Order: sequence, then C-alpha cells, then structure tokens
Amino acid sequence: MKLVNRLAFGLACVFAGSAFADTTLTVYTALEADQLKAYQQKFEEENPGIKIKWVRDSTGIITAKLLAEKANPQADVVMGVAASSLLVLEKEGMLQAYAPKGVDKLSKAYVDSANPPAWVGMDVWGATICFNTVEAAKLGLKKPESWHDLTRPEYKGKIVMPNPASSGTGYFDVSAWLKVFGEKDGWTYMDKLHDNIAQYTHSGSKPCKQAAAGEFPVGISFEYRAAKLKEGGAPIDLVFPKEGLGWDVEATAIMKGTRNADAAKKLADWSASRSANELYEKNFAIVAMPGVAKPNAHIPGNYEQLLIKQDLKWSATNRDKILAEWTKRYDAKSEPKK
Amino acid sequence: MIALRARARARIAPERSQYAAAGLLWALAAALVVFLALPLAAILGKALSGDDGHFAGLAQFVAIAGGERFWSAVSNSLAVSVTTTLIVLPLAYVFAAALTRTRMPAKPLFRALALIPLLAPSLLPGIALVYLFGNQGVLKGWFPDGSIYGFSGIVIAEVFFTFPHALMILVTALSVADARLYEAATALGAGRIRRFLTVTLPAARYGLISSALVVFTLVIVDFGAPKVIGGQYNVLAVEAYKQVIGQQNFPKGAVIGVLLLLPAVLGFVIDHLLQKRQRALLTARAQPLVVKPNVWVDGLGVLACTLIGAAMLLILGTAVAAAFIKLWPYNLTPTLAHFDFDNMDGGGWAAFFNSVKLALATALFGTLTVFGGAYLAEKTPVAPVARQLVRMLAILPMAVPGLVLGLGYIFFFNDPANPLHFLYGSMTVLVLCSIAHFYTTANLTATTALKQLDAEFEAVAASLKVPFWTTLWRVTLPVCLPAMLDIARFYFVSAMCTVSAVIFLYTPDTVLASVAVLNMDDAGDTAAAAAMATLIVAVSALVCLVFSLTAWWLGRKTQAWRTR
Repeated sequence: MKLVNRLAFGLACVFAGSAFADTTLTVYTALEADQLKAYQQKFEEENPGIKIKWVRDSTGIITAKLLAEKANPQADVVMGVAASSLLVLEKEGMLQAYAPKGVDKLSKAYVDSANPPAWVGMDVWGATICFNTVEAAKLGLKKPESWHDLTRPEYKGKIVMPNPASSGTGYFDVSAWLKVFGEKDGWTYMDKLHDNIAQYTHSGSKPCKQAAAGEFPVGISFEYRAAKLKEGGAPIDLVFPKEGLGWDVEATAIMKGTRNADAAKKLADWSASRSANELYEKNFAIVAMPGVAKPNAHIPGNYEQLLIKQDLKWSATNRDKILAEWTKRYDAKSEPKK
Repeated sequence: MIALRARARARIAPERSQYAAAGLLWALAAALVVFLALPLAAILGKALSGDDGHFAGLAQFVAIAGGERFWSAVSNSLAVSVTTTLIVLPLAYVFAAALTRTRMPAKPLFRALALIPLLAPSLLPGIALVYLFGNQGVLKGWFPDGSIYGFSGIVIAEVFFTFPHALMILVTALSVADARLYEAATALGAGRIRRFLTVTLPAARYGLISSALVVFTLVIVDFGAPKVIGGQYNVLAVEAYKQVIGQQNFPKGAVIGVLLLLPAVLGFVIDHLLQKRQRALLTARAQPLVVKPNVWVDGLGVLACTLIGAAMLLILGTAVAAAFIKLWPYNLTPTLAHFDFDNMDGGGWAAFFNSVKLALATALFGTLTVFGGAYLAEKTPVAPVARQLVRMLAILPMAVPGLVLGLGYIFFFNDPANPLHFLYGSMTVLVLCSIAHFYTTANLTATTALKQLDAEFEAVAASLKVPFWTTLWRVTLPVCLPAMLDIARFYFVSAMCTVSAVIFLYTPDTVLASVAVLNMDDAGDTAAAAAMATLIVAVSALVCLVFSLTAWWLGRKTQAWRTR
C-alpha cells in the first residue's frame, strides 16, 4: 500500500506543479534570429511566469502561415512582423485591437491609426544596398547611387535581391518602386532590373550576406544586416539610393481568440515600453519611441528623411495583386540567366 | 534442442503463443495502414479537392497544367534527372567493375570513399559547390559568371548524392557471373570488347536498368540540392516545397506530390517485373568467375577509382573546410564561430540534438518493428491475411518519395477530425514517419537474413510446444544479429540525413539538423550551414564506425558457428 500512496503523492505533485506552471505564449515572428534572444530574455525577466515560444520565418511565410491557420489560429501574439502584413490580417478580422500601456508615448506614424490600435510599431527597417568594394574594384564596377544605376549593363548578373513573396524586405522594395516611379514605370524599371538580377533569395538578409562574401557584389537588403556585417569586418559599403528608400514597420499585434489574453497583453505592453525600445535601438536606427535611438556609425543621421512617403495601407491592400504580378513576370522565368 | 525442451515444460500453452503472434501481426498491419497507407490516401484526397476542401475531381491538375511555370518546372526536372542518370551510370559502372572484376589493391578503401555521400544530406554537395565553383569559388574559372547556379550545379550535386545508390546495385549485379560463358566466348575467339558486349553487359542489364530507375527517381524527388545550388532554375520538387511552405497552398502542393509519385511508382513497377525475370538468369550449374590479375586492367581500375574517390573527398572536404573558415574569401582565419548555431536561423544546437534523438529512436524502434514484423511474417504460420497485408505494405515505401510521404502526414495528422491529431508536431510523428519512409530497405535486410535460417527450427519448436518467442530469443536473434545491426545503422544514418519528409513536419521544438542546414542557407549563413552539415556527416560516420566495431566484436562472440 505504501507504494500506491507514494505514487499518488507523486502524481499529486505533478498536477499541482502544472497548475502553477508558466504560461507559454506562442509568438510568430519574422525578426532576425540574432535579435530574438535578447528580446525574449528581457521580457521574461520583467514578466516572470510568462515564457515565449518563437515560431520564426520570413515575413511572407509567416503571413501565409497565419492566413492558412485562420480557422484555428496557433499564435497568441505576432511580434516583429511587417505592418503591411499585419494590415492584411486586420482586414481578415484576425487581430485583437489593444492599446498597450504607454502607447501614447510612441510616434503616431508607427502605430495603427485606429483606436484602440490593431498593431503597434516597434521599429522601422528600410532598404539599403550592400556594395562589395573589393569585388567592385576587381570587376571595375562603379558604386551605384540610385536605383536607376542598378539597371546599367555593367551590373548584369551581379545583383541579388530578396523574393518579395517570401521576404518583407523584398516586398517593400517592390512597393516603393511602384510608389516612387508610378505603377507603369515601376514595372518597366523592374523589367530592366530583372535582366541584371542573378538570383532572387528567400530571405532579406541573404543578399547582403552574399555581397559581404563577394559571391555577388551588389545585394539589395536592409540597414540592420548591412551595418552588422560591416561591423563584423565585411568589405562592404552601405548605399542609400537617392530616389528614396522603401521601408516598413516591425510591429506587434494580439491574435483574436488567443487563450492567453492576459499574457499576450503583457507582451504587447512590454513591446511598447522604453526598455524594449532600448533593445530595438541596438538594431535599428529608427524606433517607435522618439528620443531613444542613438546614432549608428554606419547609418547616416538623416536616415529617416531618406525614407519615401508611403502608405502602409496601400501596400497591404495591394499586396496580393502586386505579388501575383511580380511572380508572373519574374518568378516564372526559371531559365538560368545567360 | 535440450534447451528448447527445457523451456517447453514452462507451462505456456502453444495456443497462447499463436494468439500473441497473430495479435502482434495484426497490430503491425494496422500500424502500417495508419502510418503509411492512410497518409498516402490523404494526399490523393487533397489533390482531388478544391481550395474550399470539397471534391473537385481533376480540377487542380487542370489548373496547374495551365501555367507556363509548371511546364518549365517539369521540363527542368526531367532534364536534370535524365542528365544525372546518364552521368552516374557509366561512372558507377566503371567503379563497380573495378571493385568486382579486377584484382586492384585497396578495394575496401575505395568502397568506403564511394559510400561517403550516404552519410550526408543532399544539401551538402550543393553547399560545397558554392565554395568550389561559385563566384568566389576556388575553381570559379570552371563555371564563369555564376553559371554553377542552376542546371550544372544541380546535376553535379545530384551525381554526388546518387552515386553510391547506383554503385551498390551495380556491384551486386556484377559480383555474380558465370565463368563458363566467358570461357565459351574466349574459345569462340571473341575479343575483350566483344566479350564485354555479348556476355558482361547482357548479364548486368537488369542491374543497369534498376540503378537507372533508382537514380532518376532520387533526383526528380530531391529538393535539397536544387534548393541550395539551383538559383532561378525551378524544378518540381522545389515547386512543391514553395507551394506548401511558401504560399501554404496545400492542394497545389498535393497535386505536385502526386505527380512526383508517378515516376517513382512507374520505376518501382518496372524494377519489380525485371527482378522476377532476373531470377531465372543464374542457374545452379553456373561457375563463379575467378578474376585473374592483369596489370593494365587493375591499373585502369585504380586510376578510375582514385579520380572518382578524389572528387567525392573534394566535395566533402570543401564543405568541412568552409565550416571552419571565418569569412571566405577575405578572412581565412580558422574559427569555430560558424558553430555558434544559437545565434543563427535554423533552430540552433537544439536542432542537432533533436536529430540525434530522432536518429536513435528511429534506429531502436525501427529495428524492433521491422525485425519483429519480418520474423512474424516469415516464421509464424498465423494470421495469413495480416501477413499478406504486412508484406504488401512493407514494399510500398520504396515507391513513395519522402516529400510525398511528408505531405501525406500533414494532410492526415493535421486534420482536427483525426483522433491521432495530437501526434501532429510531436517528435513521435517524426520517428514514425522516418520508420515508415525507410521501411522497405530495412525489411529486405531482415527478410533476407531470416530466409537464411531453416524453417525446421520453428517446426521443431512447434512440435516441442515451445512458444515462438523462445525460439526467437535463443536461435533466431543471435543468428540474425549482424543483420539487425545493419538495419539499425541504416535507420540511424537515414534519419540523420533526411530532409524531404521531415521538412513538412517539424515544429520549433522538433527542428532537425538537416532542416537547419536548409534554413541557414536560406538566410545566407552558408558557412554555418556547412558547419551543421559537417556535424551530420561526423555523427553518421562515427555511428557507422561504432556499429562496425560492435558487429565485429559481437561477431566473434555469437557468429563463431559460421566459420566452422
């Protein structure tokens, strides 16, 4: 009988333990893997009893996954996903509007205009060209200064850019070109650029990593990855094309129907807090809370002025249409380039 | 027999042992239905349903056949598969001939070199090719302007990946030969070339066709190599991956999956028909061919094997070297930084340990299931229906590409209406999928070993009223130990390297090393991907070594009767 008692006691302990166990939040994210750890550590430290479980992939894939799971959502919170993607989810009625504590301290431009907001911005990331100076010297390539420079014949087969269907960075490049050059000229521009593109990559980081390794001398990427690689000793220059830079907001939103609403709100609160913004600042030149960002040696002080005027709602509404057109024009051509 | 008779008095009614055997057989048959047949039925169902989930007949097939993109992927897939087959066959033939029909030295060494690709995922040659022939490659002049990305890169990577598969079949085909035919040909005045064309080739033709089918199928369903080195060259397998993972378009992925099933099933059927005819080829009166030393032939053999072996080593060595170089080509300082997986995409070190766990569990449970199943199907007279079912289902995985099986698992287990839905996303489902995926080869090994044992053992045991497990434990298992170790090693290495099925089934908690290689390469961390691939090879090689040593040690303890 003793054994039975002992077993019962053990079982009781197990159940009691699980009753007080931590809440685990499933958080879908497109943040870079090297950023996740710091964010998670700080949040869990400030919010004992809540654990984060990340599901990470590129923006396009996370968006597709969330849409596919619409009937039976698996995520509690979406954090660090492009606002243009979150706006798509909002249109589908998948987000739970919530005004985090202290949301009024954030720049209005980077928070959803509805009240309460459906999504709250964390930071801004924008287009940057990574230009390998060592390989350029070998090949006699001139440093490009504008987007139009990239269509010059000398860059044929030398440029890599992210596939906009999978990468958020790729998508804001495309939507920015359509916005700045106009719909018709935008596609004409991309037709010409396509002739020079060696590869469309899955992720927005890869073009800059390939440029840093000299595999392809010109990589269309974003400023965080570029600055980070340059810091690590890669022979690259950061180019900010003069027509203006596409950009998007990395934002946080709560999924409608989450079973962990309280914990989800805690994460949303944290994501809008000063301590979170101080972490974003380590990676990004522009963060949602004004006055937190410090200058970065590799990114110009007027970076915010280089960004194009863009309407994220337009980017979101036209996302399907633009991606379908892009895929038809460029992804279907699967012959290797001569 | 005394031992058996002693056990017979152990008061276990033989009926009970029969019931137990029948029960186990039925359980295995049910498991094979659930973890193999039903997922395949699910993918077929998905392919025949519309976006809304209702039955739509062939609508999805018609829709997909309308796109230009689809047909270019089909023709690209066929082009790489046919080209790879045409390159691999002669190479593997020469290598196999050198191993079986010459007296060249160092045969075990060459054999080991040729089998290297089995230890690595198909992503590894892709990564190595970037460092060898990419724009910053050591030999970039061979493929100027990044032309390695695309057709050429895929073909070279697939040649590396499929070579040992073709080789093993051809070695088997060439190692049996009737010396009398050669004597007759020589007596009739046939020269070397004539003898090759009229005796050797006809005898090896089934092996050649069979290895061609295996290589073609492996290439057309592989997406590891094209994903890494394919550039903008779209192939069907990658298209299925993009549809499912990239766009979450499951019906379209299912359609491509079903289409990829076609060449595999066709090849499988052809191969099966041929094997039936092959049996009549060797007669009992055949004389084994004794190869005489010949300086020229042996020298050519060494030369060919050295060249091919060196190419294998070059590809593996490049990937290993890439893993330890700081920033190729600018900073060649040796570093361990690329092993800092936790700060990279792909799942970190957890992915590696998950893979080891998966491989161990697959090896353990796979071997037990396969061997137990084969034993019951071969050696017990019970439950004839279940036995036929098990035999039939056991050969099915050979015809099912991993990608198709993985997709089937999603459709089957992710359905909330399925009572087994809870398995979805667990390590258990990965283990079950891996056991099912590699079932056929493992089962063939077990069956072959069991067939060597005389059925008299069971007959005597039954007449002595000894339950089957006593015979199994005291006679069958010790005799079949080498075969069991082979199965376990095969399962371990296969589970360690596989990408195709598991890519659709992993979750953040169960991410695997081979998947991490793919994801790190996608994110541009090519060196880290090389580092993870290196680890996979290292573990696979280490385990093979441990198994070989164990087999040798156990062989001395339990197989002494063989030498008597």
